[in-house]
Amino acid sequence: MSNGGICAIGEDFKGDRGDLIPVLQRAQDLEGYLRPETIRLISRWLKISENEIYGVATFYAQFRFHPPGKHHIKVCLGTACHVRGGEQILITAKERLGIGPGETTADGKFDLERVACLGCCALAPVVAFDKKIHSQMSVLKIQGILDERKSD
Amino acid sequence: MSEKAIDARRGQAAAKWESLRNNPIPSIFIGAGSCGLAAGAEETQAAVEEYLKAKGIEARIIQVGCIGPCYLEPLMDIQMPGKPRISYSTVTAKDAPGILESLLVRGEVSKHHLAGHFGEADLDGIPRFFDMPMLKPQVRVVLRNCGLIDPDDVDHYLARDGYRGFEKCLSLPWTDVLDIVKRSGIRGRGGAGFPTWKKWAICRETQSDQRYLICNADEGDPGAFMNRSLIEGDPHAVLEGMLIAAYTIGATQGYVYIRAEYPLAIQRLKNALGQMRGLGLLGDHILGSDFGFDIKIKEGAGAFVCGEETALIASIEGKRGMPRTRPPFPAVQGLRGKPTIINNTETLGTLPNILRNGPEWYAGFGTETSKGTKTFSLVGKVRRTGLIEVPLGIKLREVIYDIGGGTFKPFKAVQSGGPSGGCLSEEFLDTPIDYEHLAEAGAIMGSGGLIVMDADTCIVDTAKYFMSFTQKESCGKCVPCRVGTRHMVEILERVCNGQGALSDLDKLEKLGQTIKSGSLCQLGSTAPNPALTSLKYFRSEFISHVKDRRCPAVACKNLVVYRIIPGKCTGCQRCVRVCPTGAISGPRSEPHNLDASKCIKCRSCYEICRFDAIAGDAIVIES
Repeated sequence: MSNGGICAIGEDFKGDRGDLIPVLQRAQDLEGYLRPETIRLISRWLKISENEIYGVATFYAQFRFHPPGKHHIKVCLGTACHVRGGEQILITAKERLGIGPGETTADGKFDLERVACLGCCALAPVVAFDKKIHSQMSVLKIQGILDERKSD
Repeated sequence: MSEKAIDARRGQAAAKWESLRNNPIPSIFIGAGSCGLAAGAEETQAAVEEYLKAKGIEARIIQVGCIGPCYLEPLMDIQMPGKPRISYSTVTAKDAPGILESLLVRGEVSKHHLAGHFGEADLDGIPRFFDMPMLKPQVRVVLRNCGLIDPDDVDHYLARDGYRGFEKCLSLPWTDVLDIVKRSGIRGRGGAGFPTWKKWAICRETQSDQRYLICNADEGDPGAFMNRSLIEGDPHAVLEGMLIAAYTIGATQGYVYIRAEYPLAIQRLKNALGQMRGLGLLGDHILGSDFGFDIKIKEGAGAFVCGEETALIASIEGKRGMPRTRPPFPAVQGLRGKPTIINNTETLGTLPNILRNGPEWYAGFGTETSKGTKTFSLVGKVRRTGLIEVPLGIKLREVIYDIGGGTFKPFKAVQSGGPSGGCLSEEFLDTPIDYEHLAEAGAIMGSGGLIVMDADTCIVDTAKYFMSFTQKESCGKCVPCRVGTRHMVEILERVCNGQGALSDLDKLEKLGQTIKSGSLCQLGSTAPNPALTSLKYFRSEFISHVKDRRCPAVACKNLVVYRIIPGKCTGCQRCVRVCPTGAISGPRSEPHNLDASKCIKCRSCYEICRFDAIAGDAIVIES
């Protein structure tokens, strides 16, 4: 496989069919999302039709098909977060950013995602801002975090 | 590395472990599991480092996993030379210097933030950590090392008898190991509770040139984090369990299938696998024997259904994670068509203890049919949240009240088993937690999520929540699951919006039964459980929504209104500033107006009024 930055993926995998998901994960890690050109390259390399690759990729929640924002906001809506008010936090984030889950703001600064569970249920509700998980969130705390980062 | 070489390493490990206590410099342990980090452990550690540097004090800082009481995070333990380790709770970056100053400089144990000590003997005025109400009723078998050892240091694990269970296993024929596991009575900890030995026997007895072992760490159940904590806190326990399982079933290749949402756990596993390789615990001729085995990590890509065995296998093969018909069961025909055992992380993590201490010891915990201990994530509206391990057969009441410290508002329900489980009402509080009793009540034990709900939680809304979860996660293969769950969500939405009819409740029950009987896998056949049990035990709450158009918990958005009480509002304008839609207006020092047509019921004004405004209770939510 050859194409700029992602050609390195080809060196770490044997090119088996079973490597498809790890390859897609690595491609997304490198490029932020799955570009159509990348999927075409992977298709030729692993000898799996693009159609099938899209079938697999769209099945899993992890894969994105649009460029992500500079900052990633993941609002957890696991059961513990739900009973402790996670829904309200998502509503507030949506309202403040003017986007829905799965979307990126027009200025490319933030993307918003709702996730099923981050595994920090004892400190619910939680929100992941980039790699950092914020615990015991409230609608006021999420407003504070968003306002603080707006000028970044 | 031969068996002799690992013995030599044990000596070195024991000395290293002992040095933590006898070292002339203090050791500081920071609870840095995902929950600790979320609570601010990183900031606490930075403050500790800064303090030590400023004061010129030499100390060792060790990051440990989660010890269980997550509500007390960030936890920080300090071990002074020759003294018992002392634990402090909710230590923020601001609190750390004061605690260090008192113990490291003045030699006094500050009562502030004190949680307890880990010593054997009584310490004047300092309680034992494990005597805390949350910890006292617990029995720590699989969690024995979590929060105590450095999960990135295999020597700590070795010093605490790590890999002794596997060494014992290597000295026995596989049939004996199978018999030990059988006598221990352990059943699958992923939820279904199938006897572990039986599954193994089927796999071993199937003729094949290759067998696989998979550790299922795809903990997709929202509200459960037992596997994450175990791997983060003691990764070698799970990996040692994999060696034992692989030896018994004759597998040569193993996989850990773990959620990508658990980056710290993945990092710990990778590190631990490298250490195993260094010790000769992976590869050919492990510890000089004829047994060869290797382990790879497979990161899940976010699909709840992949917790189902056949879907998980499809995912490892690079396909859509859709379940297939069984039989053939994976133990006979699994990954790449070869006999495959998929065991839950906790099951595997328990095995070294069973091998080391004997099956009778393990079977001594629990009940006649549900033996041993089980970890639970105790979360929701309960005072003391966290990860617990209890003997099976313990009553729900003991877990929620003695361990969890009860609820904030009056208790309403406890949900066990996640999206496949059920909501149990107060009358079930004296039900023993075991496979049979929970199933009889309509819930399941599941992987161990226990979500407590109080008077503020709406049961209809929770049923809708679970139903929408399974509807989104349905793989789409079976019509009853794909279409039926969608219809159930729609009906529940109607009920939550106050647009439902009494006939809707019967429809829910009928649809639920159809989905249960017409779905291929456990996701579909258990998906209606939360809704059906809620309907069975909390019917009156559904009827309030339908008949009176009222939500008794004041939670369903379309059935509540936000109102400002003019007599109480001081006009401080704080709510005006936080309202994201500009629904609140009014000049300073005069009661404000709330425009219901603009209000999105996000609770911002309610919270700021309660926590930050002069009036405190001028905004009410009513149904």
